Amino acid sequence: MSMQRVLGATTALTLCATAVFAQENTITIATVNNGDMIRMQGYTDRFTAETGIGVEWVTLEENVLRQRVTTDITTSGGQFDIMTIGMYETPIWGANDWLVPLDDLSAEYDVDDILPAMAGGLSHDGTLYAAPFYGESSMIMYRTDLMAAAGLEMPESPTWAFVREAAIAMTDRDNEIYGICLRGKAGWGENMAFLTAMSNAFGARWFDEDWTPQFDGEAWANTLNFYIDLMNEAGPRGASSNGFNENLSLFQQGKCGMWIDATVAASFVTNPDDSTVADSVGFALAPNTGLGRNSNWLWAWALAIPAGTDQEAEAKQFIEWATSGAYIELVAENEGWANVPPGARSSLYETPEYQAVPFAAMTLQSILSADPLNPTVDPVPYVGVQFAAIPEFAGIATQVGQEFSAALAGQQSAEEALAKAQAITSEEMEAAGY
Amino acid sequence: MARAVTPRRKALNTALAWAIGLLIFFPILWTILTSFKTEAEAIASPPLFLNFDWTLENYAVVQERSDYMKFLLNSVIIAGGSTLLGIIVAVPAAWSMAFVPSRRTRDILLWMLSTKMLPAVGVLYPIYLLFIRLGLLDSRAGLVVVLMLINLPIIVWMLYTYFREIPGEILEAARMDGAGLREEILYVLTPMAVPGIASTILLNFILAWNEAFWTLNLTAADAAPLTAFIASYSSPEGLFYAKLSAASTMAIAPILILGWFSQKQLVRGLTFGAVK
Repeated sequence: MSMQRVLGATTALTLCATAVFAQENTITIATVNNGDMIRMQGYTDRFTAETGIGVEWVTLEENVLRQRVTTDITTSGGQFDIMTIGMYETPIWGANDWLVPLDDLSAEYDVDDILPAMAGGLSHDGTLYAAPFYGESSMIMYRTDLMAAAGLEMPESPTWAFVREAAIAMTDRDNEIYGICLRGKAGWGENMAFLTAMSNAFGARWFDEDWTPQFDGEAWANTLNFYIDLMNEAGPRGASSNGFNENLSLFQQGKCGMWIDATVAASFVTNPDDSTVADSVGFALAPNTGLGRNSNWLWAWALAIPAGTDQEAEAKQFIEWATSGAYIELVAENEGWANVPPGARSSLYETPEYQAVPFAAMTLQSILSADPLNPTVDPVPYVGVQFAAIPEFAGIATQVGQEFSAALAGQQSAEEALAKAQAITSEEMEAAGY
Repeated sequence: MARAVTPRRKALNTALAWAIGLLIFFPILWTILTSFKTEAEAIASPPLFLNFDWTLENYAVVQERSDYMKFLLNSVIIAGGSTLLGIIVAVPAAWSMAFVPSRRTRDILLWMLSTKMLPAVGVLYPIYLLFIRLGLLDSRAGLVVVLMLINLPIIVWMLYTYFREIPGEILEAARMDGAGLREEILYVLTPMAVPGIASTILLNFILAWNEAFWTLNLTAADAAPLTAFIASYSSPEGLFYAKLSAASTMAIAPILILGWFSQKQLVRGLTFGAVK
């Protein structure tokens, strides 16, 4: 048999196998590897038993998933029936008609129960394109024992000046205790998520209303200088390579006095199985500077259906099941209220059992205080709190993040980093036709 | 005259070789050790080397969550298939360049190698679109072809180097005895180049096994190999290092075992013709 025939036969067999799979009424879902998503995978047998629809999971690391689903949706590859995407992608993809609008969900699903901030961030022109599986903001997690030892009391909504004072007071470098742990690792979803949210509190913005980059303004200089000075005074060594996981590890080992990061971290740091400081953690809103904005972000991992899937009805059925109030109750019943996917539905925060969870109230308050349409003091032409929902943002912010990370590492000054950020952003925006 | 090696120098060389070997192997050893720790022990500071409570819990969790055998089977088929296909294509190509060279042979060899310099992501979209058209997305057959093409320059180069060491007169003698091209390659050239072909197969099998860009980007639920299995345990929001280490250990174990048992063959092949 010739090589051509062997290859032809193999291809034909593969196509037949694919056709057989398609006939089995199975949907394929691309998702990220985090606790809530993995937990959901464990319950999908129940969904299959109820509906007869099989579920195939493709679990990938966040950055790999982004690249994978972006390639697939921009080429109409049709590999997935449901994609796990975030608040950044949803409005952009919705505007391009790459996603199926979720405007005909059943009455039982109660779409009005979705928190308005989440629904707003996952919509385009008022149409919902992705259903939030869980939502998050960011807040301060702090050591109540160290705060008391420093003779200070954390206000519910502290200023950056207070945070600095407390961080310096708690720092004991000889004993490897650092007053504050913040993201420093370069990346649009790493240090730039934190710094963009922080800059909102300082009155900074990425672009003015004419899409002119604003890194040459005073507000950004104040933000970056404050951040670098604070980290030099009270941050851990090598902070420029610390992201969520590195700071989580430091906090759980009792080496951080304060940590400002995603609200989902609250369940990790208060879990006595993993955290050595589980019984002495307090929560507060992300800091402000008195300008009317806090430094917290807003994010949701949501389920969306790519346009062109031939299993749209089955995919919608799954989304209704996985993001429903009934699913939350299912998880609560089996694993406790502290483990339910947070931040998506208003009704969750009205449940007395959930109100007893120590971080529930602060999580809700943080989510409600973030406004993707008016993220900072001055008006902006973009949507998004810690990002600007335009296709160019991820690439630009990754480059800017590298400059800021280098400044934190002491390889250049804050002024140099800001000048480079301004040049990079101006060049990219001009090339993109803004 | 060969210079005598003193016992002291020999001991020093041995110690140095062991130190370098351990340094190279340390990340793998650390991954294996971490796979037996709890998540809390995995991030302990100072790090725990051997003094921790050994547990198989991570392996149990990984086994429960993922269909390891499915990923393993895909890896074996994709790596094995692409290597075999590559050898079938490369042996005649290397033969012609080694024994019937033309003025352009060297240029062709350099051009083939230069294709390895192209960043894979640069051709992701064309390949992806081609796969959509051909219905090859998430298929093992598609990956076999892609990985074969990626590794083909290396296979051809290696085989060309080995074939050049074989005296052309032997092949001429075979031709005089009435051997055709097929017999010449199959019964004369190939047996003489077995160490070289074996090491080429092994090296390319390892390269295909570890390939992570195309195997992640062109697969979904059906054809995903062990690289996708590892990627499914990596998380930027959550400390799952022990589970990730268990998944990694399970993914590299088959290739480590294969490498261990075939190391003599591999070294023999890689040093084939090194000393003239």
